[in-house]
Amino acid sequence: MKYMLSFTVNGAPADVAVGPTETLLDVLRDRLGFTGAKRGCETGDCGACTVLVDGRSVRSCITLALTVQGKAVTTVEGLARDGKPHPLQQAFHDHGASQCGFCTPGMIVSLAELLEKNPEPCRDDARAAIAGNLCRCTGYVKIIDAAMAAARSPHKKGGPA
Amino acid sequence: MSPELIGARMKRYGGLDHAAGRTQFVDDLRAPGMLAAKVLRSPVAKGDLLHIDTSAARGLPGVAAVITAADVPHNIYGPGRLADQPVLAQAIRFRGEPLAAVAAIDEDTAREALELIRIDIREQPAVFDPLEAMADGAPKVRPEGNLFLFGPHPFMYAGEKPCREICSGSLEQGFASADRIIEGEYRQASVEHAALEPQCCLAVPAPDGSLTVHTMSQHPWLHRMELCAVLQMAPHRVRSVSTAVGGGFGGKSDMHADPVAALLALKTGRPVKWRWTRQEELLYSTHRGAWRIRFRDAVTNDGRILARDVRSIRDGGAYACYNYGCIESHCSTVAGPYAIANVRIQGYLVYTNKPPAMTMRGFGVNEAAYACESQMNRIAAELGMDPLELRLINAYRNGDIMPNGHRLESVALVEVLQETARAAGIELPAHLQAMSSQARTGDL
Amino acid sequence: MKKRGIGIAAGMYGTAVMGGGDKSMAVIELRPDGGADLLLGSVDLGQGSTTVLAQMAAHELGIPYDCISVHAMDTAVGPFCAGTWGSRLTYVAGNAVVAAAREARQCLLEAAAPLLKASAVELDISEGKIVSRGNPEASMPVAEAVFKSPLIAGRGSYAPPMRLPDFTTGKGNCFHALAWGAAIAEVEVDTETGEVDLLRLACAYDAGRAINPMLVEGQIQGGAVMAQGQAMLEQLYPCYPTVDSQPQTFHDYIIPTAMDIPGIECRIHECPSPEGPYGAKGIGEITAVVPHPAIAEAICNAIGVRIDEIPITPEKILRALQR
Ligand code: FES
Ligand code: FES
Repeated sequence: MKYMLSFTVNGAPADVAVGPTETLLDVLRDRLGFTGAKRGCETGDCGACTVLVDGRSVRSCITLALTVQGKAVTTVEGLARDGKPHPLQQAFHDHGASQCGFCTPGMIVSLAELLEKNPEPCRDDARAAIAGNLCRCTGYVKIIDAAMAAARSPHKKGGPA
Repeated sequence: MSPELIGARMKRYGGLDHAAGRTQFVDDLRAPGMLAAKVLRSPVAKGDLLHIDTSAARGLPGVAAVITAADVPHNIYGPGRLADQPVLAQAIRFRGEPLAAVAAIDEDTAREALELIRIDIREQPAVFDPLEAMADGAPKVRPEGNLFLFGPHPFMYAGEKPCREICSGSLEQGFASADRIIEGEYRQASVEHAALEPQCCLAVPAPDGSLTVHTMSQHPWLHRMELCAVLQMAPHRVRSVSTAVGGGFGGKSDMHADPVAALLALKTGRPVKWRWTRQEELLYSTHRGAWRIRFRDAVTNDGRILARDVRSIRDGGAYACYNYGCIESHCSTVAGPYAIANVRIQGYLVYTNKPPAMTMRGFGVNEAAYACESQMNRIAAELGMDPLELRLINAYRNGDIMPNGHRLESVALVEVLQETARAAGIELPAHLQAMSSQARTGDL
Repeated sequence: MKKRGIGIAAGMYGTAVMGGGDKSMAVIELRPDGGADLLLGSVDLGQGSTTVLAQMAAHELGIPYDCISVHAMDTAVGPFCAGTWGSRLTYVAGNAVVAAAREARQCLLEAAAPLLKASAVELDISEGKIVSRGNPEASMPVAEAVFKSPLIAGRGSYAPPMRLPDFTTGKGNCFHALAWGAAIAEVEVDTETGEVDLLRLACAYDAGRAINPMLVEGQIQGGAVMAQGQAMLEQLYPCYPTVDSQPQTFHDYIIPTAMDIPGIECRIHECPSPEGPYGAKGIGEITAVVPHPAIAEAICNAIGVRIDEIPITPEKILRALQR
């Protein structure tokens, strides 16, 4: 049995027929081609699949697709504004905050939520915001550096949230 | 020339793609008509697969192919002459070893098909403890025995010796003139690479029977060779693409998903993706093997190490693969970065019924360092000496010769120790601050 | 009670394969737009090899870094590389890239010489322009020279010299470019719960020559935190040697998170290797070879009891304190 799911992804409407057990991650990646959110564990532990639902970060691998009916989903692909990278995306690049890049989309989405809520975070706020995002490459230091740099940027608000 | 480029903090090549979520990892790729693969794994750690019946699975709607050992042209893979691992096993050596594989329209169907495969296994006693595995009468992990046999020389691995042995000087002499003998045994657990990207392969066949393999290999050239041996295909008929890899650390130094995805793609004529779950990754992929390392040192009261006797045992899991190389780099460094005249090092590689232990960041040296540095700290404590000073006075210098015969140049151990102390805010006494890696003038 | 302790460790790691002979290759083609295509067989796993290899190519060619396009990791495109392991790419593939770039540069200068009515030895390339040292008037953009010339390309190949050990003694001069490192850790242990807070980690590594210090720091920080996991948290077989109770998810196989990491003070030391490109040594693995014994020692130092087994979990600490 499939149900019609209508929601927006990065500001654009999407309608997909989904089964009751399909996850938001499956729908985003396999149906709609938003592969920015990564599949790192599928148990809600690694944060690689993090997206925003109405501005709140969720683990899309443990979110049933049908629960986002009528809601606004933002993935890492939707954070750029006016063709310019989100300040976090730029800061990640400038500060060497991604190595393999597999955790990067989830990290950036989690931190984008933080900057929306708290425009002047301290390093501990940034640490707490990514507490559920695992990274095996960087040791997190440069990720936190990048978050602080983005927080200092005048355009820290990103795309549709 | 633009000299400022060397030593410059240039931004990562492709880094903005990472941040934009645009980097395409293997699991981000799709191909028209793509099938999903799943693998039936052995429920037992040791046994013989007597019979396997895949007819019901093949009959399930949505299933495109089911393969077993009989479908693998050359059912053995691994590096070069040490290739010893079956793609799909009949003689089972660890729990979770692949027995059969399914390609179906989606993962759910493939999973359902696995449940329809009937297997008949004669279970045999397994052995997990390397010490037990070394004892007489232990269950045999492999018909030839549980010890990897070393050649006379590190690059002639297959031979008759139960361990790799490196000796220099005379242990007897060293121990005869010691003020004290200090012993320690150190153990370190198996560790998973835990790269954030799980194993995945997308194999895409072409109408002419050639194959493109989108993989996540740390060395696509060597893996292509291994893969072509399995498929019995000429290497130029297989293209191996490893465009973006989501972390490796040694975990992608051995083929994981490629052979099964490739076999199913060739069998069905359709693209096949096999992606491992995190659970499979943790339970069945390669890992940093566990070690047990014993030190026995002859030491003087002023902190010189006259002799060092080390015995290391590596739990290699069920297959050989690069384990022998790991033993070699381990044995070459386990006495530590310290000038010691009399040394004996013995490294054993033991097979157990675990998934194969393979390469991981630090390849035998990481584990060597844990044991050796812990022993150094034990010595410092027993002598009541500053552990930093103990290291500085024993540290390798230019011109020193290692137990394996290597003559050292561009040595910087004293300097990095001094720099680390500075970084930690520790002030070194003048005589230690004045030391350097300059070649020694007197004897040791 | 909270108790503090410090621990120190040192280590070394050889670059590339012991005994040598592991080959990497590179091809560089200059494009008529002034850029260059760098063809490699080498895979970047995130450590940053593509970046440092592009830096070397741009440096040798005298063109801007962002004019280099790297095409790698595809057996249909790039030449052979023995692989990404043994901390070998900066060193081995680096030497191949430098050789390829130098050949391409020479090829370009020879093609440009008649166009600039000069001899190739007088010419230099800087910031995308070919200039004559003797006559500053005579200059030409790289793009123009490439456009007016036959294919400008360079090939490079490098393998560390074969140094096989002696067949009878099993010994020899087998290592290449050993890198050196040391670390000092400080921890605070809660003796009631066994919990460990890794407060600080200071470390210094010899990179030979840091081609890109930002990426070297990334290796140091990443290596430190991976080693932290090994020292304090991670075990694939908690009931070792049996395979019972194996962790199956990231909530029972715990790797360090951003909440766990210490303050990391890292220093890069540069003791050039004679054979490495610009003196570089491999830094990828040594950074995960040194910190875990320092952390383990700091814990033992804090509680005053030796535990000779990693990971040192809270359970092991409490048991050791009861002994
Ligand atoms: S994939 Fe969703 S948390 Fe790991
Ligand atoms: S950059 Fe590789 S996991 Fe974070």
